[in-house]
Amino acid sequence: MIDSIPALMVVLPLMAGVITVFTGKGDKPWAWATAITGIVFAMSIALLAEVTAHGPVTYNFGNWPSQYGIAYTIDAMNGFVLFVVSLIAAVTTYYSRLSVKDEIPNDRLHIFYALWLLTICGLLGITITGDTFNVYVLLEISSLTLYALIAMGYRRDRRALTASLRYVILGSVGASFLLLGIGYLMMITGTLNMVDMHDRLQVLIHNDEYSRTIMVAYAFLLVGLSLKLALFPLHMWLPNAYTYAPSAVTGLVAATATKVAVYMTIRFLFGIFGRDFSFGAVESSDVLLTCAGLGVLYTGIQAARQNNVKSVLAWSSLGQIGYIVIGFSLNNENGLTGSVVHILNHALIKGGMFLALGCVAYRLGGTRLTHLKGLGRKMPWTMAAFTAGGLGLIGFPLTGGFIGKWYIGLGALDAGNWLILVVIMLGSLLAVIYVFRVVYAIYFGEAEPDSVHATEAPASMVVCTWILIGMSLVCGLWSEWSVDLAANAAKAMLAGFGGAH
Amino acid sequence: MKNMEDQVVLRVFSKIMIPFIIIFGFYVITHGELGPGGGFQGGVILASAFILYGLVFGKDQLAEAAPPRVVEGLAAFGVLLYSGVGAWCLLAGGNFLDYSYIIPPAEGAVIPHLDGGAEIWGMILVEYGVGITVCTVMITVYNMITEEAEA
Repeated sequence: MIDSIPALMVVLPLMAGVITVFTGKGDKPWAWATAITGIVFAMSIALLAEVTAHGPVTYNFGNWPSQYGIAYTIDAMNGFVLFVVSLIAAVTTYYSRLSVKDEIPNDRLHIFYALWLLTICGLLGITITGDTFNVYVLLEISSLTLYALIAMGYRRDRRALTASLRYVILGSVGASFLLLGIGYLMMITGTLNMVDMHDRLQVLIHNDEYSRTIMVAYAFLLVGLSLKLALFPLHMWLPNAYTYAPSAVTGLVAATATKVAVYMTIRFLFGIFGRDFSFGAVESSDVLLTCAGLGVLYTGIQAARQNNVKSVLAWSSLGQIGYIVIGFSLNNENGLTGSVVHILNHALIKGGMFLALGCVAYRLGGTRLTHLKGLGRKMPWTMAAFTAGGLGLIGFPLTGGFIGKWYIGLGALDAGNWLILVVIMLGSLLAVIYVFRVVYAIYFGEAEPDSVHATEAPASMVVCTWILIGMSLVCGLWSEWSVDLAANAAKAMLAGFGGAH
Repeated sequence: MKNMEDQVVLRVFSKIMIPFIIIFGFYVITHGELGPGGGFQGGVILASAFILYGLVFGKDQLAEAAPPRVVEGLAAFGVLLYSGVGAWCLLAGGNFLDYSYIIPPAEGAVIPHLDGGAEIWGMILVEYGVGITVCTVMITVYNMITEEAEA
């Protein structure tokens, strides 16, 4: 059974998601989903341990040779991302019971959790697969279910519907660009397997054949991926989708969906096209650094202007994505290590903060800045978690957020790019502003009449919030393990396709 | 939506056609692994029989012939059939969807089987899984569209 873990990582949530439809009413769908995500998390740890100890693992579906069939390949890079995604999935699923009951019509709970598990299945599948077309298929699975999950926030705020529709349109554009890019690549290499595609592309690039087709494929893929990971200025679908989705969904999506898109980008840029092409023949560094750098500044300013705290965090997510993009665009080991470790730390921080806001929404029915005023005394644990997460967003030393920024900063120094270093500093300064604007309201604001009687959120929700925030603090204090894993991943990606030959 | 029950030609003709459409749908699914077609195409053809019935006799009649709850259940069942075949192969000791293990191979048997006996079962079951899901999802989409039109 151990050998089958790569298949089960995707098949288990897929089958379980479908079975959820039959689980009935009440807490049963939730209990089922929690059990499944727990098992998936355990499997991801086993897989990561295996990959770290013995190198890449390949699994061939139907025992077809990987050239013909679909192969799942796990190396240091996607093993790490799988761990992050399934960790967040397990915690947010356990957290979601009360929050979802509160926000979703209760006769739809089985549908909600079916979609929930299918989203997780899609996200894990994108990460684990070694087949480019499979990436597209699972991307569609995760996106389509995600659109529906976001739209389910309509009971609290009908703007969830327009937010979801905007995401549908832009997400579909992104997905079709990806499909076109993959199609062009298949046309000239004759394979969909990532390892083979990488090898054949290197030969073609070296011989200067089909250079225009490769360029077009690259352009389609880069734009499609940028849309999916919400790189400024292709970010417009994200803020409202995060703001109006149900609280638990926001927690899951914010921590995983864009991270998986970042992983895809790193995989395509380094693992398939190869860094010599992506950052040599095509100067994507300049484009990506400009977009991400401007994005960090612009989204920081936007975050400071929002009145809904969920929006503040959504805009801040865009800025953090900017840092991650800066990290890998620097095209050196420190930068890439910073990106990968920031995938983990930002997932923990932002997931935890959105869960904290979910607690607020559960008690007060909203997350506007006025709702949070004076909550520091009413909901001390939740607000302490929020504040600790906020320090992480700023990149305060000893928090998880600091580690990623530190390595990205080192990467910028290695690349001799002082301007980017300044952008990172300014971005942190903006983060100080938007975080402390909220924290000030929490601890020094006068409670509004509505929230005078608010009490601490239920223990299960607060504990889950603290698991994520606590882990981000642990990752800040004892950063060796996560940085080691990230550095392994970065080395594998810089070397090409993770050495999976 | 006004249905077309008073149109004698339509009614009689669709009653004659529907059994043939269904048989053709099953043929396309079953024959999919050897010729053009397969679960997806066959499923759409099957669904077209139901949708024709719904168009001509009205959605209430369709709901009687194919109750929405059953249809939605079958949509989930199709996916389970597909992934269940895969999981069965996994439990029997092969890789996921390795059809050779559907009928547990005898000691020292050549894999894949030279006569293809186990592989045929795998392909047929998977095609039917796809077919059932595609057909029922198409019917569900039709049901939803007509619901909106009346609201």
